[in-house]
Amino acid sequence: MYQLLKNLSPTQQVGALFFTVFGVLLLASVAAFLLSLKEPADETRAQQRRADLRNFEGILRTSWLMVLVFWIGWLSGDWIAITLFGLVSFFALREFLTLSPTRRGDHRSLVLAFFVVLPVQYGLVGTEHFDLFTVFIPVYVFLAIPVASALANDPHRFLERNAKLQWGIMVCIYGMSHVPALLLLEFPKYEGRNAFLVFFLVIVVQTSTVVQHLASRRFKRAPAAPQISQSFNWPSWWTGILVASVLGTLLAGITPFVPGQAFAMSFIACAAGSLGHLVMKALKRDRGIPIWGRGSVSVTGAGGLLDRVDALCFAAPVFFHSVRWYFNL
Amino acid sequence: MAAMRAKLMSWFLLGLIRVLTGSQARWYGCPPKAEQRIYFANHQSHADLVMIWAALPKELRAVTRAIAAKDYWTKTPFRQWITRSVFNVIYVSRDRSSDEDPLEPLCEALQHGDSIILFPEGTRGSADEPQPFKAGLYNLAQRFPNVVLVPAWINNVQRVMPKGEVVPVPVLCSVTFGAPMQLQEGEERRAFLERARNAVIALRDV
Repeated sequence: MYQLLKNLSPTQQVGALFFTVFGVLLLASVAAFLLSLKEPADETRAQQRRADLRNFEGILRTSWLMVLVFWIGWLSGDWIAITLFGLVSFFALREFLTLSPTRRGDHRSLVLAFFVVLPVQYGLVGTEHFDLFTVFIPVYVFLAIPVASALANDPHRFLERNAKLQWGIMVCIYGMSHVPALLLLEFPKYEGRNAFLVFFLVIVVQTSTVVQHLASRRFKRAPAAPQISQSFNWPSWWTGILVASVLGTLLAGITPFVPGQAFAMSFIACAAGSLGHLVMKALKRDRGIPIWGRGSVSVTGAGGLLDRVDALCFAAPVFFHSVRWYFNL
Repeated sequence: MAAMRAKLMSWFLLGLIRVLTGSQARWYGCPPKAEQRIYFANHQSHADLVMIWAALPKELRAVTRAIAAKDYWTKTPFRQWITRSVFNVIYVSRDRSSDEDPLEPLCEALQHGDSIILFPEGTRGSADEPQPFKAGLYNLAQRFPNVVLVPAWINNVQRVMPKGEVVPVPVLCSVTFGAPMQLQEGEERRAFLERARNAVIALRDV
């Protein structure tokens, strides 16, 4: 089996990967559908189950969407993939800013963020200007946005407003743009297989999130920061990270890494991702959104996309830079 | 050909408003239904009109007409085209110099069986709370007691395009439709308008 896969061309290998992933998703969807047909007699248990199923179906829907996005991106070339990630950034930033109240004076800065910073950042990815790409937002935008805000002549909560916008840009644009940047890194003897690297990053980070979530339900330890998150505790955090890193090691064959490197890289990415997820939770608490599931009933109807991609937004830059530094690319 | 252009424009605007705002409709007090209605909402931005129009289901969009100020929206050919051909709005004149009843075009549309979208503040506000409502809503409610009055709160749109700005910014917005209300027997004008305004404000925190 392994030999067979190894003899395929890179294109065929990526194709086989998508085939497998679509197959798994299809099975999961069928399973969810079958489960929804059965209903326990006990009313409270039935309700619990319905809630669980709804949650599961939500995750499935996002997974389908993400895999489809990857698939279309892979089929139609790097530029389309970059554009798709750009759109994800756009919608994530839209969600982020909906929940961070801005004032009239921020209008120009917001226009700048959405219609200048975002396209330029992704343009830099597409044209492989990696040196500028890594400093464009922290150095240049960091100055440009507050200037635009200051010129709007509104000192009210100036620092707070700018910090929020700055954060939104860092997480939603800067972080996210590092995912498609992986497609363009040139590893020796790895041409045409970069889609695997993106897949690798996404799968290990998502796995660590899911395992951590499941473990925290099982372990029932005291939360490390109960005001921020009831489910975050160190034992389940370690479980999530380690399980995902072991998975990453097993997947070393599809990456340019040897197993030891794959373990270290997954470990770094998962640690960054899951801690980033915790930070985003703190932001949500600050905005007074108690539970994410409720997001859909909030006045704005916000909630959803950013929840699913925030871990990735934190993991991608760290992963990208570790890889680049280690391999001297 | 002209109809085609208007259609394309409406699709374009619909797509644009969805990308920018998500244009989510939340029906709290009543379902979307093909009965004759007057929707009345807070007004903070030009985008309000497109927003509430995009939030309605497709079937209702065709029979629901918004009100627009004649002096502003007929000033240039483009504005006139967009309001007339794309949105099929009802023009009302804001200046009181002419003798004609400013509500006349609205009554005509209501007699015709159309639903209408009304911004009873009369102009765009910039404060958090809507300004006091103008009497038009009361007069219409009196003349057409069978038409259902539905309050609506448009949330966040002022952030998309504040008064005086041209480039819109993407922020999630929603339109909340509340429970229908009616003019009570012998209810005074001011009391009714205040009640209507409170019904709109109450939807902010649903």
